[in-house]
Amino acid sequence: MKITKYASPVIFYGFSGKLIPWLGALTALLLGVGLYLGLFVAPADYQQGESYRIMFIHVPSAWMSMFIYVVMAVAGAIGLVWKTKLSEILASACAPVGASFTLIALVTGALWGKPMWGAYWVWDARLTSELILLFLYIGFMALEASIDDPRRAARAAAVLALVGVVNIPIIHFSVEWWNTLHQPASVTKVGAPSIHPSMLAPLLLMAIGFKVYFVTIVLMRMRSTILLREKHTRWVNELLETKS
Amino acid sequence: MNWAEFFAMGGYGFYVWGTYAFATVVLVLNVIAPLRRRKAVMKMLRELSQITRGQVE
Amino acid sequence: MPDNPARSISKAPAPSLLRAAGCVFWRDLAVAWRRSADVLTPLVFFAIVVSLFPLGVGPEPNMLRTMAPGVLWVAALLATMLSLRRMFSHDYADGSLELLVLAPHPLTVMVLAKVAAHWVLTGIPLMLISPVLAVQLYLPGEAMGTLLLSLLVGTPVLSLLGSVGAALTLGLRGGGVLVSLLVLPLYTPILIFGAGAVASSATGIEAGALLSLMGAMLALALTFAPIATAAAIRISLD
Repeated sequence: MKITKYASPVIFYGFSGKLIPWLGALTALLLGVGLYLGLFVAPADYQQGESYRIMFIHVPSAWMSMFIYVVMAVAGAIGLVWKTKLSEILASACAPVGASFTLIALVTGALWGKPMWGAYWVWDARLTSELILLFLYIGFMALEASIDDPRRAARAAAVLALVGVVNIPIIHFSVEWWNTLHQPASVTKVGAPSIHPSMLAPLLLMAIGFKVYFVTIVLMRMRSTILLREKHTRWVNELLETKS
Repeated sequence: MNWAEFFAMGGYGFYVWGTYAFATVVLVLNVIAPLRRRKAVMKMLRELSQITRGQVE
Repeated sequence: MPDNPARSISKAPAPSLLRAAGCVFWRDLAVAWRRSADVLTPLVFFAIVVSLFPLGVGPEPNMLRTMAPGVLWVAALLATMLSLRRMFSHDYADGSLELLVLAPHPLTVMVLAKVAAHWVLTGIPLMLISPVLAVQLYLPGEAMGTLLLSLLVGTPVLSLLGSVGAALTLGLRGGGVLVSLLVLPLYTPILIFGAGAVASSATGIEAGALLSLMGAMLALALTFAPIATAAAIRISLD
């Protein structure tokens, strides 16, 4: 019963409003400590020198990009099956944040690639998968934007997200295979840095920090959409009067 | 540790700071976008409610 | 149209599922027969794209030979994509898609029949003309069989995945460009394995494993894509 209680837009709106400042503070704390440990405390890697510090942004972003797509697809599926408004709104709020993390993973991957591989772009399996993931996010947002009716848009986009989420493992596997086939001999692959505890701590802190950040941003996005969708209800009108 | 050394990042300064700068910009934009959207939505809804109220009275 | 098969569906009291699917399939073929330009355009497009490549990169046989599998497969992908609009848009415009949704038969099976018709009208012709274009690109003779087989197994997957995109973009402005945005990223595995299979048999490596992987993808797409497409059609008609 509790879930259906929070699934009601009115209660969700109030509850998330109270939650956002705390989540924002927690994000700042986690990322602050993570950055301090990552930039000042963790020692330089014996193979990659200081450049491995890019990992503290790149790896958590890559994790987030996949994680958010799955969240989006699950929310979309729940919206399709149970027709719950909130999960539809959640799915559409996820997309821009997920696309942002994918973009960060791509750009930082390129910036890491230059010192490691000698080129900004190498057709590395992980980078290529991220690139295709970015296209999937863009497709999701483009489809949603081109349908005027918000409910139809949400449901169509949810179907696309589900098809995408089934395909992501296949895409990943195929890209990995393709990469081993075409591995150019000149590329010296520097192995992933052997994770020392002093490197693992900032990595995990950044990863958790990004997760809390994601929740914060998604809640902020959802609140505006809820107001728009519920604009003809009494509670929104009352809210507008008390705030003006 | 001195600061110049810290910013140089062992010669990888451009790549490391480029990474952190890019991530910061994107993450900050993601905070600003919903805030601006909220403002715009609030303004629109308020105007809408004024119009409908005007019609009722 | 005196002998419109669509009309004979509504006249029949309760056709069996197989019969209904057959009717949908043959109707699509008949409609395509009358609008043969729709069917020919993707084929001509395929031929033009492949012929443009040597003009762009130069006629050097060794380079063309190594590029041939990829060029042929990318061109097949684009040609299929070009033909996706045709799958549902006429039926959407004249309302017969709504009749199909209201019909007593499961929409997934009807969708499968339409996808099959699309494949017969696009995938098979693409496969049939591909050897001619492969010769233009100096693809070795040993790889020709693999090219045909990979297209035989791969193009139905393109039609199946494409049907989801076509159904999602029904009646949207700028639907054509949007379809490509939605569908092309999903086509990457088929492109990789299809071109990979042809390339490996061109260099004398057995391509059976890759072809079976493509077969597995076909099985997966056959199971799930019609469900997604049927859901997408229902959403688009809402």
